[in-house]
Amino acid sequence: MAAAGCTRLLRAVSAPLGGPARRWLLLAGSRAGAGGLPGSRGPGSSAEAGLGGGRAGARRPLSQSAPARSSSEDKVTVNFINRDGETLTAKGKVGDSLLDVVIENNLDIDGFGACEGTLACSTCHLIFEEHIYDKLQPVTDEENDMLDLAYGLTDRLLSCVAHWNLVLYFWVIDEYFVDTLTKPRPAFHTSLNQGEFD
Amino acid sequence: MALRCSCRRPWSAWPRTRPSFAKSTPSLRRQFSTQEMTPQICVVGSGPAGFYTAQHVLKHHAKAHVDIYERQPVPFGLVRFGVAPDHPEVKNVINTFTQTARSPRCAFWGNVAVGRDVTVAELREAYHAVVLSYGAEDHQTLGVQGEQLPGVLSARAFVGWYNGLPENQALAPDLSCDTAVILGQGNVALDVARILLTPVEHLERTDITKAALETLRQSQVKTVWIVGRRGPLQVAFTIKELREMIQLPGTRPLLDPADFLGLQDRIKEVPRPRKRLAELLLRTATGQPGQAEADRRARAPRAWGLRFFRSPQQVLPSPDGQRAAGVRLAVTRLEGTGEAARAVPTGDMEDLPCGLVLSSLGYRSRPIDPSVPFDPKLGIIPNTEGRVVDAPGLYCSGWVKRGPTGVIATTMTDSFLTGQTLLQDLQAGLLPSGPRSGYVAIQALLDSRGVWPVSFSDWEKLDAEEVSRGQSVGKPREKLVDPQEMLRLLGH
Repeated sequence: MAAAGCTRLLRAVSAPLGGPARRWLLLAGSRAGAGGLPGSRGPGSSAEAGLGGGRAGARRPLSQSAPARSSSEDKVTVNFINRDGETLTAKGKVGDSLLDVVIENNLDIDGFGACEGTLACSTCHLIFEEHIYDKLQPVTDEENDMLDLAYGLTDRLLSCVAHWNLVLYFWVIDEYFVDTLTKPRPAFHTSLNQGEFD
Repeated sequence: MALRCSCRRPWSAWPRTRPSFAKSTPSLRRQFSTQEMTPQICVVGSGPAGFYTAQHVLKHHAKAHVDIYERQPVPFGLVRFGVAPDHPEVKNVINTFTQTARSPRCAFWGNVAVGRDVTVAELREAYHAVVLSYGAEDHQTLGVQGEQLPGVLSARAFVGWYNGLPENQALAPDLSCDTAVILGQGNVALDVARILLTPVEHLERTDITKAALETLRQSQVKTVWIVGRRGPLQVAFTIKELREMIQLPGTRPLLDPADFLGLQDRIKEVPRPRKRLAELLLRTATGQPGQAEADRRARAPRAWGLRFFRSPQQVLPSPDGQRAAGVRLAVTRLEGTGEAARAVPTGDMEDLPCGLVLSSLGYRSRPIDPSVPFDPKLGIIPNTEGRVVDAPGLYCSGWVKRGPTGVIATTMTDSFLTGQTLLQDLQAGLLPSGPRSGYVAIQALLDSRGVWPVSFSDWEKLDAEEVSRGQSVGKPREKLVDPQEMLRLLGH
């Protein structure tokens, strides 16, 4: 079973773990909006997509049908490397979004998640290694619309809607500057290290 | 007593100044050591630019104190007065601003108009650094004959009207005509079109003002044209807002396929955001919708359309000359390509009948104070990376620094940069040395001038009142729109 906190060098692993893909748990740790705004999500709310403002939910649907894991011990270690080359390490629960990890661990990334996970900005966006995209559900129009505002577009995801699956290894690059008029800034690097399973 | 303590400290060689006794003053000991002296920073404007600049300074300097001044009695600038009522998630940034305002080293002072109640020179005297983040409150004028006719409004005033900006509450737009023309093709133009055409029941649970809701309920406007001088590749709005228009309940889009001839080829090499936007326009203009969508459009009682290559030359009066009855448009063609393409007249003209004209050509900043340099052509404060030219200790961030375009996230990045620049200068000893009195000095001035500043906790009382009034009508808040009423509620 999962040994929380056990990390591995991402580069050493180039393929996902074998075995059936895990189903996502209920989404936890959603961000509260200001007192009762329509569409804002309260803490601990359920898997309802709940993105604000009546927008179409942009949560990626799960296609795998493996049995759900119910253990609350399922934690994954995430390493964010900031522009100064320092590593910010945090843990997240399966089913959390990567935005939740940043916010709940109070990671020191200026301005990350300005719209509080409601798909209304692009300050939480991430870049993944090529092979990771194959594992994720196709990106939605709504997500791409916000990504269009982000700097230096490649294949990116907004972490407010990105989840990780315990079987996947990510090398995630987080670059949050949204200024399309200036030259490239150093990217934040995020690595997602897996606990051990089965 | 404290003075005696400081005498014994090793750094008593620093010049003594008269200590200020305001309750927010740090201990005297700290004031007499440049090592630990509290930098007093002033920010003018409490919209995203002001708050993000303050946030950056507070986060990256352990001692700095930031005072944020705001002309309105209430904070948050365009987040409160610009973002459309049906986009509440965009307003979530208010939460992070609230946290900043509540922090012990930050203070908000509303109802203070810099340039009128206190001068920039007086602020520069009282603080180590002053950051101008007051945005753009004017609009770009049309500059055509007939602009003064009743029925011609700036989109900015219309937005201020439905968002509760006090100075626009008397606007009283006449929505009894069936056609409105919006000049300009940016996100503000789409916001205005959407608010005019959205079924009113969709607005009932938003923070739109009560007065605007009632006026919109009576509206006869059925068709809105959004007119631009250039073509589909030069539209200034963004794709999310366009998608929202296309999906707007009760409406159908009116696009002329002729405007899109040859577009498919021209977008092959353009950057992704422009390409996706153009593709969506193209699909909407020339594609075949599915049966369900086609039915929906056929049934839709209202419509919006984009007109391209049309440049407004005159607002035409009604026969009795009493109001606007149409817009005379010059037909244009493009010279050049992409963002830099220019519209040149072809000589042809076209008249577009309408009863309401909204000019949405962009915002403009105003000079705040004669002592602050201002570029009237660009409409910004001349600066290098946020340092105001020829004015050490004076900075700017946000729209007044770069021009009035961009979303909140753009302003955030820009404000962080100004904050960084300021702190670098502080570190490098480029700001005035020695303690500054900060708000204490300004408060005395304001007091002597009969100005009553609104604190953040005052705002929170008003906030609670708005939320409470909204609750009874199913809205997130019912905005207070009369500054006199606000001050009365606060005991004045």
